[in-house]
Formats: sequence, C-alpha cells, structure tokens
Amino acid sequence: MIRALIRTPTLTRPGEVVEIRVLLQHPMETGFRPGVDGQVLPRDIVTRIEAHFEGERVFAADLFPAIAANPYIAFPMRVTGAGNLVISFQGDNGFVQRETAAIRLA
Amino acid sequence: MKWLLLLLAAGACAAAEPRRSGYQDMAPSTQALQDDDSQNPAMLWVQDGEQRFAADCQRCHEPPTLRGVAARYPAWDARLGQPVTLAARINLCRQRHVKTTPLAPESDALLALEAYVARQSRGLPIVPDAEPRTAPFREDGRRLFTQRIGQLGFSCAMCHDDNAGKRLAGSLIPQGHPTGYPIYRLEWQGMGSLQRRLRGCLSGVRAEPFAYGSDDYMKLELYLKTRAAGMAVDSPGVRP
Repeated sequence: MIRALIRTPTLTRPGEVVEIRVLLQHPMETGFRPGVDGQVLPRDIVTRIEAHFEGERVFAADLFPAIAANPYIAFPMRVTGAGNLVISFQGDNGFVQRETAAIRLA
Repeated sequence: MKWLLLLLAAGACAAAEPRRSGYQDMAPSTQALQDDDSQNPAMLWVQDGEQRFAADCQRCHEPPTLRGVAARYPAWDARLGQPVTLAARINLCRQRHVKTTPLAPESDALLALEAYVARQSRGLPIVPDAEPRTAPFREDGRRLFTQRIGQLGFSCAMCHDDNAGKRLAGSLIPQGHPTGYPIYRLEWQGMGSLQRRLRGCLSGVRAEPFAYGSDDYMKLELYLKTRAAGMAVDSPGVRP
C-alpha cells in the first residue's frame, strides 16, 4: 500500500475554483539508473493519475520518467457541489490505487 | 510604547544571534515546501509513523503526546549508562517494553516513528540533556568535531565553524545545526537521519564513515545539540 496525502479545501462555495493537492509516496525509479551491482534498475513509475468528482473526470495526467520521487501534483477544480473526489493512480508493476477525499460546502 | 520596546528588544536579539539553521539558509521555495504540511514530503513518513505509534507504542504512551522529547535527545539511559539517540531510544523501547525486534537503522519504519515523534517538538527550543554524566560524552563529541580526519584531513569545525556561510562548489556551507532531523533531503529523494547526513560529510572528506548506530555518531549528535541549544526544532525538515 503506497501512502498518499490529498488536501482538499475544508469548506467551499458552489462555483468556487479550488486547488487540490496530491502528494504520493512513490520511488519513481526512472529505468535509466544503474544500481549498486551495475545493472540498470527496472523502471518503476506512476504512469497515470486521474481524478473523478462524482463520476465526472475533472483531471488526468500521464507521467513519465524524470519526475522526482514522491511526486506532488496540484490542480485547480471548479466545485459544483458537495461530493467525493476519487483519485486513482496507475503505474508499472501493476500498481493501482484509489484514494477518496470529501469536498464539503460551507 | 512598552510594546514597541519589546519589539525592538526582540529585533536586537535576532540580530545578535549569529547562529543560523539550515532552514534559514534555504531558498524560499524550499522553505515553502517545508512549511506547508500538504506539500512537505516528510509528512508521508509522519503519517506512517502515526499509525505505527498507535499500533505499538500507544498502549504505554497514552495520551500519545511526546511534545519536547525530540528537543532534548540524545538523553541519558540509566540502564545502559550512556546517552542514547532518539532512534536508539525507539529501538530500546521496542525491545524492553513492546518485546519485539529493533528496527533497522535508516529503515522507513524507524524514520517514520522518529519523524512522528520529532514533529511534536516543532517550534520548541533545543534543550540538551542536563544530566551531568553526559558531559564526558559531549566532550568526546566536541573532540570528534574538531579532529582532522580522512584523506583530505578536514575536521567538521574547519567547514562548519570557520568557513560556514561561504561556498563549497556552489553550495552554501551551513553551520551544521541539527534542527530539522529526520529530514527529507531533495538530493536523496527520500528521508534520512542525522547519521546519514554525517556519513555524507565523512565520505566527503574521504574518511571511513562510522557504522550506523555507533557511539561516535551519538557523541557527535550530543555535541551538535549542545552547540544548537536554544534554536527552534523544525522537524521534519526539507533540505536541498
């Protein structure tokens, strides 16, 4: 289980644009570096991040090597109402994870 | 008027303080990364440490507050008859009270617990252990700090006392105050303890690094904490 920190604003008004912040614990091994034995370490990165708010996709990104370990991703989102934001990650070695964060209205 | 005087006095105090933490010498962008808990990557370890603490430690440490603990370590352990670092204390606690195996040095689990405990002392001044029996260990630490070592023949003091604030190959030489450990170091792309940081300096002067958990590191840490006494803890720090 890989750890993720998701920060959503505590309370928002409908129509407001807010910043969603995602911090993911992941080695993001590029696939180009030699290890201690001289052999190239196999690539192990997160390849895709998607965010769905109440079933609607609000953000998606493809990730590539050369992104630092423990990537931090922030994106703006217009809040239409209260609901759950589901952020899903996919990556090498069959890595799949879903995290849910609630967005509440003031 | 009284308020203004207080403000002036505070300003004078700040100007008179010649010591600078690594935090103060960082770029504003790195400072911002450390200050915001939703951006500070070390918070991933803190969160992990919180769960580990709840699982193993909370049956004794209830309420689970250890505020000020990290600010006074390394502290005296009566049973061993020597000071121990915070990481060593966590492992001693595991062996003596939790009756389980110690965690490997620099393992994510140990760093997580250390970061969780250290974070609770954030903002408090470093208060070295006042136990008189720690004095010879501290003196040993001072000796290690000022002793020339390695093929390059540098002592810690030659850089971090005599030439702090100048540059070494483009990077600033910090004064070397251990205020933010364990740290998330951008160069490491991960978390590390003070011992890992000291290893970096030791191999930098081409000396053979001490083994993890050795008394030499404990003595150096004890001296460094005394040298930084009164400076605010900013764990878990982010460093370049």
